[in-house]
Amino acid sequence: MKTRFPWLPVVLWTLISLATLFPIYWLFVISVKQPFDLFSTPDVILRSFFWKNYQDVLTNPTLRGYMLNSMIISSGNALLVTTLGFLACYALTRFDLAGKESIFFWTITNRMAPPAVFLLPLFLLLTQVYRIGDFSLADSKLGMILVYCSFNLPFAIWTLRPTVEGIPKELDEAAYMDGASPWTVLYDIIFPLARPGLAVTLILTWVFAWNEYLLAATLTNFHARTLTTGLSEYVTTTGTAWGIMAAISMLTLVPALIVFSVVQRHIVAGLTFGAVKG
Amino acid sequence: MHSQKLGWLLLSPTIVILGLFGIFPFIYVLWVSFHSWNPFAANPGMIFNWAENYRRLVFDPQFLASLGITLTFVFFAVVSELVLGYILAQALLKDFPGKAVFRTIHTLPLIMAPIIVGSVWKLMTTPSIGIIPYLLRSWFGYDLNIGQSAVAAFTVTVIMDIWHWTPLVTLSLIAALVSLPSDPFEQAQIDGAGKSQIFWHITLPLIRPAMLATVFIRLMDALRTVDEVLMLTGGGPGSSTRYIGVHIFKEVFPKTNYGYGSAISVIVLYLTIVVCWLLYVGLIAPRVKRG
Repeated sequence: MKTRFPWLPVVLWTLISLATLFPIYWLFVISVKQPFDLFSTPDVILRSFFWKNYQDVLTNPTLRGYMLNSMIISSGNALLVTTLGFLACYALTRFDLAGKESIFFWTITNRMAPPAVFLLPLFLLLTQVYRIGDFSLADSKLGMILVYCSFNLPFAIWTLRPTVEGIPKELDEAAYMDGASPWTVLYDIIFPLARPGLAVTLILTWVFAWNEYLLAATLTNFHARTLTTGLSEYVTTTGTAWGIMAAISMLTLVPALIVFSVVQRHIVAGLTFGAVKG
Repeated sequence: MHSQKLGWLLLSPTIVILGLFGIFPFIYVLWVSFHSWNPFAANPGMIFNWAENYRRLVFDPQFLASLGITLTFVFFAVVSELVLGYILAQALLKDFPGKAVFRTIHTLPLIMAPIIVGSVWKLMTTPSIGIIPYLLRSWFGYDLNIGQSAVAAFTVTVIMDIWHWTPLVTLSLIAALVSLPSDPFEQAQIDGAGKSQIFWHITLPLIRPAMLATVFIRLMDALRTVDEVLMLTGGGPGSSTRYIGVHIFKEVFPKTNYGYGSAISVIVLYLTIVVCWLLYVGLIAPRVKRG
């Protein structure tokens, strides 16, 4: 079908893209402004670059600690949920387990509840119940890695299941004929074939853990605080250091952007929780 | 050769972790919600008080107000996202130069952390440093102050949500529209049906399942919005943007009223389940059954 104005969509989409990009651009503008420039007349055009905010963030020991925590927690969590999700999907698709459909559905429901609801019980459980002697999960990186499983593990199982299910069972059968054990089948046949799906799951769960704020803000005070909580600290405690806040935001955004460009095509299925497929 | 034992062994870590951090918190919060418990009060012990917390909750004007504005917020945000997302999805079906780039840019907000989205919009709308209040003042003489005007703060949270989540709706609807059969449309055109007739009688019924699935996801997510709003307005001014998640966050911890806080959590969880279940049973399930 020929349209009368072939340039019209281009013009409209340029405007839409500007509206989408402008907030991110403005974040960058604020992050490279001199402090005394902040409160002068807002200006869309960048006239000078002032990198000290980034320097301050990157050399601040507290924020560096937060950044390291964020890295450890999101990487640890992504690795853990992808591994466990993979094992669970292997069990759910290759073994004849009683009630496995109900188990699958139950794992998914764990993600549906509003996280705000679980703030208080998780806080109480971590501080009062889940402890052995002096060892407590409260305000620890391990604790946060496990807590993030509550929303990332269901997601990993949900996205990995079609991948594992799609690998032909004839391959397993052939290997079993040759006397392989279930572990060899898992490692030598299923794992290599599921690798693309595993990579996408790993990356998306990493981003979700990296982006999480609410649980980190409530369940940590010092040892396991993440970059996103650092962001809110700069809004409340120091009377809002706008430049620093913008610089932290940009630094939090960058890893997600890199990841985004890598797995862009696969993100939709992940974010819509597979519901669109049907 | 496929031993059941090994299967359960492979599943056990998942079940244990989700049990400890999913099911057990729920049982625990249910149990605490029937007690009066404030560790920093004069009487710090846990005292069983039947359904007193729930009785109090039903008459708590703050809680009810929060529930009301949450539903208003969800309604405006989700409806706008649906309409806008549909229009953009249709627009992306046609071919035009640079389509892939525009589509990628449009998807960008999805990957941003809600707290970053909140801080971005705070930097844009805070009077004195934000560009939006400045432009509105110099072009229209309108004074936008989200720290003072309840309506302004509410509107900005809705616009922020639209900016953040419309791409999700667009992408899911594109997936649905692409997979539509072309015969009914050709037939309708031969029969001389108008554009709006085609939309109401052919397109809409065909993409209804995908549309409802999208509404479902957006509704669930919008109901639990916390981070962005906490960052942007902190629930204010007054309690005009104190959506239910923000309400829990602000109510439970500073006041350390654990029994009452648990009751709020249980009720909110219950309401979310009921809303989603009603939607599922009323709208999605009958369709699935019929075809």
